[in-house]
Amino acid sequence: MNPFQYTEPQVHKYVSPMQRFLSFLKYAILLVLGASYLLPFYWMVSSALKNENQVFVVPPVLLPLPPRWLNFLESWTSLPFNTYLFNTLIKYALPVTIGTMLSSAIVAYGFGRIKWRGRNIFFAICLSTMMVPFQVTMVPLFVIFRQMHWINTFLPLVVPAFFGNPYFIFLLRQFFRSIPEELSDAARIDGASELGILFRIILPLSRPALTVTALFTFMGAWNDYLGPLIYLQKPEQYTLAVGIEFLRTAMTTKTTHSALSYPYLMAVSAVVTLPIVILFFFAQRTFIEGITLTGLKG
Amino acid sequence: MAVTTAKRQKMSRMERRNFWLGLAFISPWLIGFLLWTVFPLVSSIYYSFTRYDLLRPPVFIGLANFVEIFTRDKTFGVVASNTLYYVLIGGPLSVVAAFLLASLLNLKIKGRSVFRAIFFFPAIVPAVVVAMIWSYLLNTQYGLVNGALQAMGMQVIRFLSQPSLAKPSLIMINMWASGTAMVIFLATLQDVPREYYEAATVDGANAWHKFWNITIPMSSPIILYNLVMAFIWGFQDFTLPQLLTGGGPNQATLFYSLYLYLNAFVYLRMGKAAALAWILFAIIVVFTLITFRLSGRWVYYGGGDD
Repeated sequence: MNPFQYTEPQVHKYVSPMQRFLSFLKYAILLVLGASYLLPFYWMVSSALKNENQVFVVPPVLLPLPPRWLNFLESWTSLPFNTYLFNTLIKYALPVTIGTMLSSAIVAYGFGRIKWRGRNIFFAICLSTMMVPFQVTMVPLFVIFRQMHWINTFLPLVVPAFFGNPYFIFLLRQFFRSIPEELSDAARIDGASELGILFRIILPLSRPALTVTALFTFMGAWNDYLGPLIYLQKPEQYTLAVGIEFLRTAMTTKTTHSALSYPYLMAVSAVVTLPIVILFFFAQRTFIEGITLTGLKG
Repeated sequence: MAVTTAKRQKMSRMERRNFWLGLAFISPWLIGFLLWTVFPLVSSIYYSFTRYDLLRPPVFIGLANFVEIFTRDKTFGVVASNTLYYVLIGGPLSVVAAFLLASLLNLKIKGRSVFRAIFFFPAIVPAVVVAMIWSYLLNTQYGLVNGALQAMGMQVIRFLSQPSLAKPSLIMINMWASGTAMVIFLATLQDVPREYYEAATVDGANAWHKFWNITIPMSSPIILYNLVMAFIWGFQDFTLPQLLTGGGPNQATLFYSLYLYLNAFVYLRMGKAAALAWILFAIIVVFTLITFRLSGRWVYYGGGDD
């Protein structure tokens, strides 16, 4: 990453006009592309601040002045978004994150740190389940959960997380195996149990892999739309993702409020995106490393 | 030989202890695998041979679902061609976009991590938010894009409401959000040994030669990986088309996952949905195998350590 890394050790380097032009072109392309990648987000935030008169204008308003900050409050309270936030965070994302980390770490320990006959076969089966598209199990799982009277509860979304996730089992196993075996042996001589070794020695040394697991699981739940759509049909159970769509339906069918419907939608979208921005800002390296390690979509 | 197999059959006390210990540790996954994968898979096979609306018990109807899908179901043909279009054109395009962005970032530039963050960020934004932003951005009357076109005196483009443009528009949005593949590519490109480029420079190769003869071959295994992933995700994409176009206009974006969802949870045809899911599974497996088979011609494996 050091920008001086590849500089040749010449004192006077001749830069031809052609090279100058190429360097200029490089940055011009980067800046134009970068701006166009950011433009949709700028549009979201600027539109979230528009008033009634700035919505239906051609050419579109890019800098709404004065900004209508009230949109954030009004849109958030136009539907029970506080409830949706509570549902998304406390009933869905947190339990799924805890469950996935705990179970995947235990399973990964069994695959990575204990030598036993049949381990490789089971591990191969575990990895191969990543191949099965979720649509294949979607229908029967719905039937099963329906028979268990779990529809309209968060159980179908949360309980399976406590049975390990193959992606993170794989990730954690790879990480566990890089930890020297001597550490475990020393603890065993001191009379530590395998579970004790996992929690006292292996896990504290596996923070990077655990962070990736936590981050990706949390984001997956926060961003999930299909899961809540299938299993949660009562409005008081909606998550934020379903709530935004619910707001759109409500605002586009209701004729009275249509002037502010887009500002409202953009305001709620911006609020739901904000935690992702914050997470990304503080954990950018974890994101990048995690994706490079697992190839997972965030 | 007989002696060794006899030895292998019998486990020592330590081995036996470790066997049960290992099994105990993986038991959460093993139980979950039986409950949430094996049992649903098996019952899914059964459901695919039944008529089942959730209200009455399933009725065995043999291959009728499959026969209907392949012979009488006119929508299935539309869905299949929509999905193939989306996967075969959208998948490679998003991989190419990601690769070009990564190559651009791999040049000697200042502020690489800032640009990487900008190009990557759309990939982690909730799909619902992506759908909201783009449906407004591309809105025919009040959207930014058409507003700009109108201000320049041009015609309005109905990105999402004109059947011939709906799929390309979705593909464009997917290219915008292909940051995951870009990050993987960038890591790959930075791993290509500098000496290769230096040696090529000494031999008088220009930038294009180096890109074509070093960069592409060296990253071809990862190109294959991202391509396969793009295909698999393309076949399963649900949220974006569901929220942006809802399968329309005129069924132009009615993709496989949407059609499956409709059959299962709107038409309550669980049996047919299960049949559709197994057909999808088979298509994905065949597609992946073909991609791997064809890859022998263009993927270069450097060998050595992995």
